[in-house]
Amino acid sequence: MADLQTYSHDAGWKNTVLRGLLYLVLILFAAYYLFPLIVMVSTSLKSLDEIREGSLISLPRVVTFDAWNYAWNEACVGVECTGIKIYFWNSVKMAIPAVLISTFLGAINGYALTKWRFKGANIVFALLLFGCFIPFQVVLLPMSQVLGKLGLASSTPGLVMVHVVYGLCFTTLFFRNYYVSIPDELVKAATIDGAGFFTIFWRIILPISTPIIVVSVIWQFTQIWNDFLFGASFASGENAPMTVALNNIVNTTTGVKQYNVDMAAALLTGLPTLLVYVLAGKYFVRGLTAGSVKG
Amino acid sequence: MGASQSTESNLTASIQRHLSKIVVAPSFAASLFFVYGFILWTGYMAFSKSRMLPVWDWAGLRQYERLWQMERWHVAIENLLVFGGLFIVTCLIIGCLLAVLLDQRIRAEGVLRTIFLYPMALSFIVTGTVWKWLLNPGLGLESMMHDLGWTSFKFDWLVNSDMAIYTVVIAAVWQASGFVMAMFLAALRGVDQDIIRAAYMDGASLPRIYFGIIIPSIRPVFLSAIVVLAHLAVKSFDLVIALTGGGPGYASDLPATFMYTMAFQRNQLGIGAASAMMMLATVMAIIVPYLYSELRGGKKNG
Repeated sequence: MADLQTYSHDAGWKNTVLRGLLYLVLILFAAYYLFPLIVMVSTSLKSLDEIREGSLISLPRVVTFDAWNYAWNEACVGVECTGIKIYFWNSVKMAIPAVLISTFLGAINGYALTKWRFKGANIVFALLLFGCFIPFQVVLLPMSQVLGKLGLASSTPGLVMVHVVYGLCFTTLFFRNYYVSIPDELVKAATIDGAGFFTIFWRIILPISTPIIVVSVIWQFTQIWNDFLFGASFASGENAPMTVALNNIVNTTTGVKQYNVDMAAALLTGLPTLLVYVLAGKYFVRGLTAGSVKG
Repeated sequence: MGASQSTESNLTASIQRHLSKIVVAPSFAASLFFVYGFILWTGYMAFSKSRMLPVWDWAGLRQYERLWQMERWHVAIENLLVFGGLFIVTCLIIGCLLAVLLDQRIRAEGVLRTIFLYPMALSFIVTGTVWKWLLNPGLGLESMMHDLGWTSFKFDWLVNSDMAIYTVVIAAVWQASGFVMAMFLAALRGVDQDIIRAAYMDGASLPRIYFGIIIPSIRPVFLSAIVVLAHLAVKSFDLVIALTGGGPGYASDLPATFMYTMAFQRNQLGIGAASAMMMLATVMAIIVPYLYSELRGGKKNG
């Protein structure tokens, strides 16, 4: 930290002006980041007539939740006009098992790779890590064939499997880096007392892993909920996740363009991850930096 | 009876000894199959005659030749260079600026940080949807400026084939610049205070402290940020689909959308596989040297 107040050679009034300018620039940037969100909310609360007559920035004269209701219950995704709600539940049914399984596997992998090192453990880790970096386009074609052979094409269990497989490298990375900093003596002492591999994992390691479990769950949930590529490639029709349904609603070319419904559907799609971000922002940022600086 | 008991306990002991390997084995096997196996599979497909259905007949470099003869692929590559370059540079500038500004003992820093970073929690599809609405020439920003009295204002980039790719840059920068800010801010907080204080005592001005001491000392973060952003750029798919659909025509296609179109809509599996391999090669060219230097020099941070 090197700030103006502490490190300035200038007179007081000059600093006051500079600080005023500083806040102005920051507020302008805040407005830039908030603008799309505000427009999204305000558009979703207007009627279609008001959208056509009024301006982008004008707030709704009459607040109506019709667009939200329509988006949730009636909007047409392809030929099915069931609203976005069934796709919301598809995403929930996909995200929860995929997040839990990948986090659990990451935890036990990280534990095994750091506390019970075997010959070649580092090579195994490096090979696993590589999966974080590949562009997924390179696995799409074989995966669609394999899912077809397994009878999992266009199904939620199929998507769960895909997300677990390609989420593993991240969760293993998180837990491995976390467990590296935990003293080995903890495990050694327990082994002397006769505790085995799993006893130590459940009784000693997991209870002190809460922060990294939160990071991993948030990272995986955000990634899986926001995924579009796998959803669009491997699940169509009524098993599509929410992002795919949203894109269908927005890009449908038939009928009158209902901008308010588009915005309501977009907000509904964004709400779960936004909520997670607002409630657990610290862990979200930790996951981002851990997952992205190294992945 | 006694003999079988002892083999049993031998077995448990040996399982205990190998438990670590047994536990990691399924993940490792999955990775071998779904990552390495699939890369080889796609690699082979790119050398096959596959079109509508995957076939195993060898075609040599035929698919790569066809790929590089397609104008659409060249458009996608050029777009990636334009998009990637602008995206990376703009994100670095905004991210670095915001981090420095936030590092001035700002009141309500937490609130501002939350605001700058929240787009990163959204799906690119949501981002694409909202920017598509903001940028649409009929009712979006253009008409807003007209209402405000600036009637000659024209902003039709979304439907202009020469400019469509720049709308993708605008939306992507909005989404990712806050993340770069967070990376830089963390690095700024880690700079040694004593050196800064010493420079100040020597009469160095604040801009000189920043350009002379602080920014050079966080150089590794620039590298990390560039690698992360480049990686994001090459993988960009959802945003283009939601914002422009690759259009008008294929004017804003990127390699990722090109691959998807060939593989899943145009029945050109071979070309799709060849373009996926080109993408992999690009990412590897960025990531492998970076990882190598990280892992070699990264012993200190585990």
